[in-house]
Amino acid sequence: MEVQSDRMTVTAPKVSLRPAISPSRLASPQRAFGSPVQTKISVRDLDFYYGHRQALFHVGLTIRSHSVTAFIGPSGCGKSTLLRCLNRMNDLVEGARPVGRVELDGMDIYDPAIDVTDLRKRVGMVFQKSNPFPKSIYDNVAYGPRLHGIKDKRSLDERVQHSLQGAGLWDEVKDRLQHSAVGLSGGQQQRLCIARALAVQPEVILMDEPCSALDPIATGKIEELIYSLKETYTVVIVTHNMQQAARVSDQCGFFLMGELVEFGDTKTIFTTPRDKRTEDYITGRFG
Amino acid sequence: MGKPSLRMKEFWRGGELFVWMTASGVAISLLMVAGMLVLIMFNGLGQFWPGTLQQVTLKTQETVIGHLVGEETIPHSMTTDALLGQRRFRYRVGNRDQFGSEYRWINESEIASISAPDDLVFVERREWGPAYGRISLAAESTAATNADGSAWSTIETLVDRANQLRQRIEHLEREDIGSINYRIEKARLARQTLVLKGANNPASFEADRRLVEQIAALEREYLSKTDALEQLHKEATQEVVLLTLSTGRSVRLSLDQVLAVSRPNAMNGFEKAVAYVRNLWHFVSGEPREANTEGGIFPAIFGTVLMVFLMTLAVMPFGVMAAVYLREYAKQGPLVRLVRIAVNNLAGVPSIVFGVFGLAFFVYALGGTIDQILFPESLPNPTFGTGGILWASLTLALLTVPVVIVATEEGLSAVPRDFREGSVGLGATKFETIRHVILPCALPGILTGLILAMARAAGEVAPLMLTGVVKLAPALPLDEYLPFLHLERKFMHLGFHIYDVGFQSPNVEAAKPMVYMTTLILILVVVLLNLAAVMLRNRLRKRFATSAV
Repeated sequence: MEVQSDRMTVTAPKVSLRPAISPSRLASPQRAFGSPVQTKISVRDLDFYYGHRQALFHVGLTIRSHSVTAFIGPSGCGKSTLLRCLNRMNDLVEGARPVGRVELDGMDIYDPAIDVTDLRKRVGMVFQKSNPFPKSIYDNVAYGPRLHGIKDKRSLDERVQHSLQGAGLWDEVKDRLQHSAVGLSGGQQQRLCIARALAVQPEVILMDEPCSALDPIATGKIEELIYSLKETYTVVIVTHNMQQAARVSDQCGFFLMGELVEFGDTKTIFTTPRDKRTEDYITGRFG
Repeated sequence: MGKPSLRMKEFWRGGELFVWMTASGVAISLLMVAGMLVLIMFNGLGQFWPGTLQQVTLKTQETVIGHLVGEETIPHSMTTDALLGQRRFRYRVGNRDQFGSEYRWINESEIASISAPDDLVFVERREWGPAYGRISLAAESTAATNADGSAWSTIETLVDRANQLRQRIEHLEREDIGSINYRIEKARLARQTLVLKGANNPASFEADRRLVEQIAALEREYLSKTDALEQLHKEATQEVVLLTLSTGRSVRLSLDQVLAVSRPNAMNGFEKAVAYVRNLWHFVSGEPREANTEGGIFPAIFGTVLMVFLMTLAVMPFGVMAAVYLREYAKQGPLVRLVRIAVNNLAGVPSIVFGVFGLAFFVYALGGTIDQILFPESLPNPTFGTGGILWASLTLALLTVPVVIVATEEGLSAVPRDFREGSVGLGATKFETIRHVILPCALPGILTGLILAMARAAGEVAPLMLTGVVKLAPALPLDEYLPFLHLERKFMHLGFHIYDVGFQSPNVEAAKPMVYMTTLILILVVVLLNLAAVMLRNRLRKRFATSAV
């Protein structure tokens, strides 16, 4: 497909963010053996405004490649806002304005010359409420690849199967790919949304409270899935559930009132938090 | 004392009265609609039933033959005291050409006896309305009597033959002579084009000469066809039957005037039912006769459906595109709000205003310009510069576009935000999101707009009267001559037909059942069009069901 035009981009010539050889195209085992401390995303001194209201204050952090990073904090602390800054989903919100730098593989994603659709192709997203399109299961997963120009039936089939397998849904739906996705259970729908995100072969997957509407069994499945996804992808997850953050994440950031209070290895944060507020939140004294 | 007032208070608080009020609102509405339908059906559907023909003998020894169509108590203003409180009957006696009037009032006191002999005949004629009486073969008739020897079956055979002849005549007139006329007109216009080009080189002279020859040849062909036609006409007028009227006088009736003869009193229930269905079918599929007061209404049905269809083709793209822009692209603010208010108000503008606009803009401005550019050869006769089905459809499209915009906007705003985010999050542009996710999900809403638009358009008459409806269109807008769909042609419309038949016809009494019947058909057409759209919408709803889990 041609370079997509979007209302948010300016008229400057579009520069693809993608390096000459896309990292996602490389076989995953090789990548797993790559340097574990490689930085995928770095956020530098980011302020964020909804109109006149400031939602984020001087946030700075780096996200490692092939890791799971969790953002925790009470409601309204800005963790979802930060997540949605990472693939510029906030562009859809009227009056949203970021100030600062967000880098993906060292390139500023808020550069006006950036192709936003290309960015979102590299940084996929799974939402709090599962939102499969009212189409068949197959068409849901094939939606992204089709947009990005894959028309050949066989490679589409392969992509769909691969993605559904990656999301651990293949065995449950392989006999009813042409059925409506709306007929799936809540957990299945959420895994379908993950498969749909995987199908565009992103490098980063953002998850905005993916389990908040699910029962414990479905949640368990998704958590296992997240754990396995980091082999291939970089995962950033926002969660309300601290046990979940402790279970699945390698790094963890604690947010309060739009500030990043503490960011570091999950183990450290949960055992020896440096900040008093983090300790209070984790131990359940407030929030 | 305290208890009943407490109960009253409970009664008021519980809203019992409110439930009753709302329910009676629904009941009254339903009753009104049902009453309307029953009235229309009762008055309209009855006319096709071959009712009993009565022979009334008056005390003056006069006989009257006809259908009983009504009765009433003689109004005060018309009576002397002697007749006060008596009833009178209204008979349809037909034979307008002989009696001067088709209907006759007979006072109850004048009647000596009433009978219903089997041999009374009801004759449907091409002109002058129906005739009642007794029928026999003319003395000079050369037709061989049928094997069973009865005069009646011979007459039936003769009428059948006359109908076949008439069909051949019609075919000759319409197909053969029509196509010759069409080709002559085309050749004439081609010559005119040559003149307009001002070409005076040998090649164009040659072309002109060829066209003149072609026209001459066509005219010769035309003459030979008219000869054949003449022959057929002669043949058709040959057979004559004698109709004996109630007055005892006999009149000669050429069979080419007779469409159908029947003896309703001799029919059994089944035969009557068959005749009923046949009459109904002739009404729905036939052409109008006698200034629309008799015959069928097919051209009007066809015109209505085609116009609604064309209107749909015009209104849907524009309405949907406008709504998509307003809802998805335009920056929501005072200006968009103003546009929205204007659109909503447009829906409330009286339809005749749209008619005037259609006449001034579409017909005169647009049509006149098209004529000058594309059809200069037929000027001063207008082609598009006069009312036609295209301009009528476009005018109605203008009239209904607000409905489509409003309904589409509703549909678009009902698409959950999650779908937009999901699609955009996968790297889709806004356009791709609208095309692949939002529009399909909004389709049921869009179709609701279509249904409302169709219902409104099918019922409008006023703007059509200015932009292309006529009381009798010479040809359907769809035929076998290129380009098949003739958008410039005038057309007939059920709504206008009702007005025309009911209020502009010379024979208002006879047309009354036609008015009800045409109304019924109009309702049916609207209901069927809507049902089709509703079924489509329900199928789409099922397909794009958005309820999660």
